[in-house]
Amino acid sequence: MIQVVSRPEWRAREYRREQIFQLVGALIVLFALTTLVVLLTKILLDGFARLNPEFFTSFPSRRASQAGILPALVGSAYLLLLTAAIAIPIGVGAAVYLEEFAKRNWFARVVEINITNLAGVPSVIYGLLGLQVFVRTLQMERSLLAGACTMALLALPVIITAAREGLRTVPKSLRYGSLALGATQWQTVRYTVLPVAMPSILTGVILALSRVVGETAPLLVVGAVVYISKLPDSLFSSFTVLPVQIYNWTTRPQHAFQENAAAGIIVLLALLLTMNALAIYLRNRYQKRLPI
Amino acid sequence: MPNNTPAAEAGVAYSRAVVQVGVSSRNRRRVRIEERVVRAFLLMCALLGVLTTFAIVFILITESLGFFEKVSLKEFLTDTVWTPTFANKSFGVLPLVTGTLLTSLIAMLLAGPVGMLIAVYLSEYASPRVRRIVKPTLEVLAGIPTVVYGYFALTFLTPLLQRFIPGLEGFNALSAGLVMGIMILPTIASLSEDALYAVPNSLRYASLALGATRFQTVWGVVVPAAMSGVSASFLLGVSRAVGETMIVAIAAGQQPNFTFNPLVAVETMTAYIVRITMGDTPHGSLEYRTIFAVGLLLFLITLALNLTSEAIRQRYKGARV
Repeated sequence: MIQVVSRPEWRAREYRREQIFQLVGALIVLFALTTLVVLLTKILLDGFARLNPEFFTSFPSRRASQAGILPALVGSAYLLLLTAAIAIPIGVGAAVYLEEFAKRNWFARVVEINITNLAGVPSVIYGLLGLQVFVRTLQMERSLLAGACTMALLALPVIITAAREGLRTVPKSLRYGSLALGATQWQTVRYTVLPVAMPSILTGVILALSRVVGETAPLLVVGAVVYISKLPDSLFSSFTVLPVQIYNWTTRPQHAFQENAAAGIIVLLALLLTMNALAIYLRNRYQKRLPI
Repeated sequence: MPNNTPAAEAGVAYSRAVVQVGVSSRNRRRVRIEERVVRAFLLMCALLGVLTTFAIVFILITESLGFFEKVSLKEFLTDTVWTPTFANKSFGVLPLVTGTLLTSLIAMLLAGPVGMLIAVYLSEYASPRVRRIVKPTLEVLAGIPTVVYGYFALTFLTPLLQRFIPGLEGFNALSAGLVMGIMILPTIASLSEDALYAVPNSLRYASLALGATRFQTVWGVVVPAAMSGVSASFLLGVSRAVGETMIVAIAAGQQPNFTFNPLVAVETMTAYIVRITMGDTPHGSLEYRTIFAVGLLLFLITLALNLTSEAIRQRYKGARV
């Protein structure tokens, strides 16, 4: 090696190789950034013209120019709220159990490994699970509730992981202080740990739920419909959501429908952006607030 | 003692609790019961995850058993024609498997090297300023819904590629695979970067002190040392690609062709499940059961990939400490 490097022509070659690699690295990184820019530009160019008020207040239609996303938008909002109502208590509950109550034994390990594996199960499999359990066995039919239950199961592993990370940010001293004063385990969690951990748990939970908003495949399997003539008015109404509507418009051969799809995508991305901004806002506020 | 110490705060919180529950013996019993009830509820929350796993395995196996009563396992795994919805039914799953393999392979051919290079560049070369820009951008790429990627593949990449590749069909494995590669790129880049970043600096210094150049240090020392973490990230990427549904359902077409030609339409296992559930296949029919048989195969493949990835990561974690 020493011999090699000390020869000037070899040293020059090494230097050139270094330069070339730096350039390649920078170009590749640039490629990733460019892809994102191209993707966003393409969608904005395709869909921006369709973003008029009627687009937000109309039902889907056979004519592309009259079709709108009202039921999809309302369906997405209902589905999100319902999923959150089911998944947040259960997810945070499971996280509290694993972090605050469970002993470090084989059982806790099994539960943990299980959650890691659930997070890797393809989403379309959750669709099959929902189809068989909620739609067929529990006879919810192709309803909002069946969709929300399915999405709750899908979101659970992510919510549990996020909530556990939130709970871990609470210093041990707070728990000891509360326990030393005679509070029970649950009182400690309820009045000391959860209030302190809440903002950071919420941040993680919102990020997890933003994945629910963009998820398509399990809802197609569970049976979100595309043509819908009235807004869902109960838990057992049929429903559609934004990504399903976008999927349907994208697969139409007519170009006009693809413009609708692009406009729908803009709305979907705006929604996701809002949720992420909310999560970041909460995170920042929390970082400022904690005095310890 | 200043007023805002943790102990004082806990005290305040506890006195609030005491005000609510009181300390009389009757209330103390109530507290104990509440404690037990809450504990049981929380345990049930944690058990729901285990229950979900059992439910997935249970429904996939029971419905598949109904399918394998009619169709032999041998036909399912070795026949090369998949036409469950035609009059002339044939149940060879291989076309769906090759469709899945082909799109995943294309995705990995893009995401593997590119993700790896991005990881090396960010971990070993880039200035903090570049990292601050690139990492959030990758996170944005990771957060885009897959249906959006599907739209991009179908309406942008396919027409673009058709200009250079004359034989390219409107639906094809190539552009679906490439866009899927972009989708899994952030996973591979960020996990590989974590692995590279965890390599102790002493190794780098030792290599540089021996006279190696930075290039030699990175590829001869740092990357081999991080290899287990990098390969775990690759396996996770493959698992994502195999399970990905919307991109392939939109852009790869929905024809189960037994081919490795990336220029024609293929159907993946995931896309098949979506196509059948969206149609009006009667519940309980053999066609309906096929989606569970295909789902079981898909589940087993992704589970094997995830477990291997996790095992590699665990071992590598142990070796570090």
